[in-house]
Formats: sequence, C-alpha cells, structure tokens
Amino acid sequence: MLSVESIEVVIDSKQILGDVSLDVADSEIVAILGPSGSGKSTLLRAIAGLVDLAAGDIRWDGESIAGAPPHRRDFGLMFQGYALFPHMTVAGNVGFGLRMSGIDQLDQKVNEALSWVGLEGFGPRQVDSLSGGEQQRVALARTLAPEPRLVMLDEPLGALDRNLRQQLVTDTREVLEQREVTAIVVTHDREEAVSLSDRLALMRGGTIVQTGRLGEILEDPADDWVRNFIG
Amino acid sequence: MRKVRWGWVVVAAIPTIFIGYFFVYPLLRILGLGLSELSIGASGVEARLLRVGWFTVWQAVVSTVLTFLAAAPLTWAVSTFAFRGRRVAMALATVPFVMPTVVVGTAFVALGFQESIVAILAAHVFFNVAVVVRTVSTLWSRIDPRILDAGRVLGASNWQVFRTITLPLLRPALAAAASIVFLFTFTSFGVVLILGGFQYATLEVEIYRQAVTLFDLPLAAALAVVQLIGVSGALYWYSRYQERTAASWTLERGTNLRRPKGRTRWTVAVSVIGSLGILVIPLGVLVSRSLAGAFYRDLLTDDRVAGSPLASVGNSLLYATMAMVLATFIGVLAATVITERSGSFSRWFDLTLMLPLGTSAVTIGFGFIVALGSPVDLRASYWLVPIAHALVAVPFVVRSTVPTLRSVPSETREAAAVLGASPFRVWREIDLPIVTRAALIGAGFAFVISLGEFGATSFIARPNTATIPVMIFRLLGRPGTVSFGMAMALSVVLALLTAGVVLAIDRARFGELGTF
Repeated sequence: MLSVESIEVVIDSKQILGDVSLDVADSEIVAILGPSGSGKSTLLRAIAGLVDLAAGDIRWDGESIAGAPPHRRDFGLMFQGYALFPHMTVAGNVGFGLRMSGIDQLDQKVNEALSWVGLEGFGPRQVDSLSGGEQQRVALARTLAPEPRLVMLDEPLGALDRNLRQQLVTDTREVLEQREVTAIVVTHDREEAVSLSDRLALMRGGTIVQTGRLGEILEDPADDWVRNFIG
Repeated sequence: MRKVRWGWVVVAAIPTIFIGYFFVYPLLRILGLGLSELSIGASGVEARLLRVGWFTVWQAVVSTVLTFLAAAPLTWAVSTFAFRGRRVAMALATVPFVMPTVVVGTAFVALGFQESIVAILAAHVFFNVAVVVRTVSTLWSRIDPRILDAGRVLGASNWQVFRTITLPLLRPALAAAASIVFLFTFTSFGVVLILGGFQYATLEVEIYRQAVTLFDLPLAAALAVVQLIGVSGALYWYSRYQERTAASWTLERGTNLRRPKGRTRWTVAVSVIGSLGILVIPLGVLVSRSLAGAFYRDLLTDDRVAGSPLASVGNSLLYATMAMVLATFIGVLAATVITERSGSFSRWFDLTLMLPLGTSAVTIGFGFIVALGSPVDLRASYWLVPIAHALVAVPFVVRSTVPTLRSVPSETREAAAVLGASPFRVWREIDLPIVTRAALIGAGFAFVISLGEFGATSFIARPNTATIPVMIFRLLGRPGTVSFGMAMALSVVLALLTAGVVLAIDRARFGELGTF
C-alpha cells in the first residue's frame, strides 16, 4: 500500500503542495478530484519521483521510497497528453517498460496488454496514425503492461470528446478492476471521478481537503467549499 | 538537496575538455603572447598593425556595400514576385557561397584578375550575394502588402513607398545581413591570400605570413588580438540585431508574392538572369579553362616539389571523414548538454561553443602552432588537421541538432523514466533516435566544411599530408601554365565534391528544424 505523509513540494519558490497526506490500499482505486491549479498533477509527479519533496515522505508497504529515482520505483504514470514515443510503433511503446526490466517473451506480453484495452493487432501501427481514443488506450496499455505495483492516471479521458469519454470510462474501470490494480486517478470531472474509483480525495489549493466515499462526503462535507464543489 | 548526476558530468566533460584544450587554451596563449608584444611596443609593430588593420576594415566595409548593391536587383525580384524558377534562382545564388575559398580565388585568377583590390572586392561580392539575398528576402517577402498599399493610397510613389516604408521595416534583416557579410569579409583569408599577392594583406593573411613564413610569432599574436577585438565587435552587433525582429503585426503568415505583370516582367527577368549570369561566369570560366589542356590527366602524376594531387584528394576525403565523426560526436554531446534544463551552465556552454564559429579558422590554426608544442608536441600529429576541422564544424552540428532536441517534450522523457529507463537509457532510447536525422545533416555540414577548409589547414598541414585546398594553393604558387592548369582542374574537382555533398544535405534537410 502507498503512504503519502505530509509532503510539501516547492517549484520556483512557489509552494505547489502543502502538507498532503494520502493512503491507498492494495487494489484500491482512489480518485483525486479538484479544480485546475489545485496541484493534482504535481501530486502524481511527486509520487512518481519526477519532482523532489521539500518535506514529508512517501512510503510503500512501510518502506520509504522518497530517495528513489523514477525508474526504480516500479510505479506507472499515464500522462495527460499521453506522451507516446513518436518514433516507435504501438508495440514499441507498449513493450517499452517490459524491455527496460529485461522481461522475456516480450511479444506475448505486449499482445496481452493490447488485448486488455481492446487493441488486438495494433502492434505494428504508427503512433501518429491513431485516433484520439486509440492513443488513449495505447497509453493505458503501455502503463499497465509492466504490471507496476501502483498505477497513476492523469486526466486519462480529458483530451477526448464527450461520447468517447462515456464509453472509455467504463472500459478503463473494467480494465483496472480486472487486473486488480492499485491506482490513483486524477480528474477535474466529478462524474468521471465517481465512475472510476472506490474512494474520492478532494484537492484544493495544494492540499487534500477531504477523503471518503461520495456518500460520506455528501453527508458530511468538511467545509462550504466542499459542499459547493461536490454538491 | 541536489544529487550530482555523474552521467551528466561525463557527458558535459567530453566536449568541455575538447574545446577547452584545443580552442580556449590556444586562444589564451595567443592572447598572452599578443598582449605582451603590444605592451612592449616594439618599433614598427604599431605602424604595421594600423596599416593592416585599416586595410582589413575598409576593404570589409567596401565589400559589404558593394555586395548589397550587387544583390539588390535579385533580392528585390525574389522578395516581391513569384515567378517560375524562383527557387532555382535562389539555389543558384547560393552556390558561390558554399564554394571553398581556394576555388573562388582560383576562378578569379582564371578570369584574369591578378593581384588587385578589384579582384578581392569582386570575389567577396561573388561569395556573399547569397547572404544578402536569403537574409533580406526572408523578411521582405513577408511584409504585409496592405501596409504598402496604404502608403500608395496616401499619395506615395513607388520609390517613396520603398524608401519610407519598406526600407525601415527591413532594417533588422539589413543589419543582420550587413554584419554577417562584414564578418566574413573582415576575416577573409583564402581570397585575399590568393588574389591580393604581396601587396594586400588583411589581418588574417598577415598573421599567416608572420607566423608561417617569417616565424615572428609574437607579432602574429598581436595581430590576432586585434582581429579578435574586431570580430567580437561585429559578433556583438550581429547578436543585438538578431534579437530584434519586425513587429509581428507588419508581417503576414506565409509569403505575399504576386506575379509580375507588363513591363515589370522584363525588369524582373533582367534582374534575375543578369544577377545569376554574373554569379555563374567565374565558375563557368574556371571549368572551361580547366578543360583547355591535359590538366586533369596531369593531376594523376606526382610532382617532385608540389607533391601528389591524387594523394591530396585521398587525404582530404580521409580528413573529412575523421573530422565529420569527431565533430558529430562532440556536437551531439554538446547539444545534449545545452538542451538539458539546468539553465546557466548550458547557456554559458552554448556561448563558448559558438566562439570558434566567429573566431576564424586562421586563429585556430595559429593557436595550434603556439600552444600545442608542449607538454606533448602534437604539432606533427596526423590528427591535428581533423581536429582543427572538427573545431570549425562543431558549432554547425550543434545548431543543427539543438532545435530538434528542444522539440522533444519533456513529458516524453519523463514517461520513459517512469517506465524504468535510467537517464542513460532515456538518452539512448528517446533523444538519440529522434536526433539522428538532424545529427546526420550536421555531419554532412562537417564533411563539407572539412573539404574546403583552408585557413587553419594552411598553418598545420605537413608536406606529405596536404589537403586539396593546400595543394591548389601550392600549384597556384608555382610558375607555368601547367601548374596553373592543374590548380584549375583540382579546383573544379573540389567544387564538384562540395556541390555533391551540399546537394545531398539539402535533400535530407527537407523537414528538419535546424537553423542556418
């Protein structure tokens, strides 16, 4: 399980995250919900190790990982713009993480990951020939393929149009549950947050204001802002 | 708490050591030697410096003015009108620019120009018309024509529109082109050496004479110091104008060229064909005169004094390959360091790297003589020529690859890191494949630069390791029509090699972001 303990992140002398704490249990999906600028993406990047912590600690199963570089944490991060590798095929992208850890039977595992997202046979395709929805699914497959112990999705459906989003929300949730993935999903959309997750964490101004199931929060909002935001 | 990333230290160290030892260190030695010579104030030094310095400056100024005048018709035509063959015209105008200086020098001698200031100025104009045409037309063709129409409606004649509206708007491009042409002609070496004879010498030529012929290194160093000051001034002026571009609202996206109508068609035709004709004549004469005799066959025989022309071709190709590999390796590493986010070090690094570009090859070659004698005497090393060529070429490789590297979004590298790639593997899997095409183009530049390099090589080439330009220069120095014929033939060979590689680069270049 993941333990984020009172972390603080400062970038260019500005405090982006202050005293943020969060726990994610194994196989749990937590959605971080909040308006833009609340520091959601920075939180994911901090957990992934892409930004340094000014204070606080991050632990996995009790062991501190705050000093580990991103390539050693065994976490997955799906970026907001997908960040697919333009010079590689779909198979190259999806297999990248597997290749880095030196796993054998690469092709087999790549095809398996592609089947999780319904993109069987897409391996040889060039990335720039894909539609938005297909790119999203490749990015998801790439993140899930190495089976990391934690998966983080940054606005996984944000770049897609409404119809596509409806469909992919269900698909994405299904894949995450099927693989029993421990996951954090970041979004600014309330419906998406509720559909994709088991538990919500509301974020505002660089700190987590309240966590819990939707019902719990609606029943007992921590303050007026939460009540307006979630209601 | 910043962790020291040892990988980056190694990557940054390699180009730093290379440039530091082969460029910065010799430069400092030259400065030391030259400044002490200047402070001693030995008799005659000042007078000579003033004479040579003055000549260098005024011939550069006159060359620049004449270049602008000569380039004006063609620039006007390609900036204002769209016509069939426009792109071909611009490509043809660029051919003189890429030609090695010895080729141009030989061509003008073939035309009948002997040691005269006219020859020097004509050759400079020949070279640099392309700079003016390309630099100015890029801006001119994008000026919103409605601004000009507004002027006409308000009662201005065509000439008045040009003088009061177009010209002021063109000022940044004019200033940039002027400073580049001034810089090139100020540091002109091959042309002045070949066409100036003993009478005329720029600072570069005088440095060469003092160092290589008369062995007066301190005097040569003093001259080098003066030249460095002049070059720094020109570079500074250039960088100031590079920052300023025309106000964005005066420009239209895309070009606004119209087809010429009526009588203008003739004016355009005359301007274009006339300009290109003049540009083509020197090379055309060179080719035709080189064919008037068995000169190409003579190239195959060794000469007891001058050496073997055939061997010089082999040497040049070998050196060019070595220089290309070296410059590309150093250049890609340097570009990686420059695009790394950590601000001030990479900016400072970028600046140091660009210095060889403006400093002039003669200073590099001279620096080798001054500085590389001890602790280990490298001056006789076979590697010295490729290293000098690589130094000249590294800035071109860097300028070719940095924009491409910069276009990779940081998220792409971060995604690779999160997926388990160590920093080295990120570089190898992401940066390297993406930058390869741009690096190959940079490599091509390095090859061409090495082929035609004369300034530095003239200092350090040994009798049996002559390059083609050095061999041409030797043949020019020998009396007799046969030697001169061989010089012409060899020049044509070099011209063809150069044109071939440049063509290949240009085709590969389609779609790359590199500046230059």
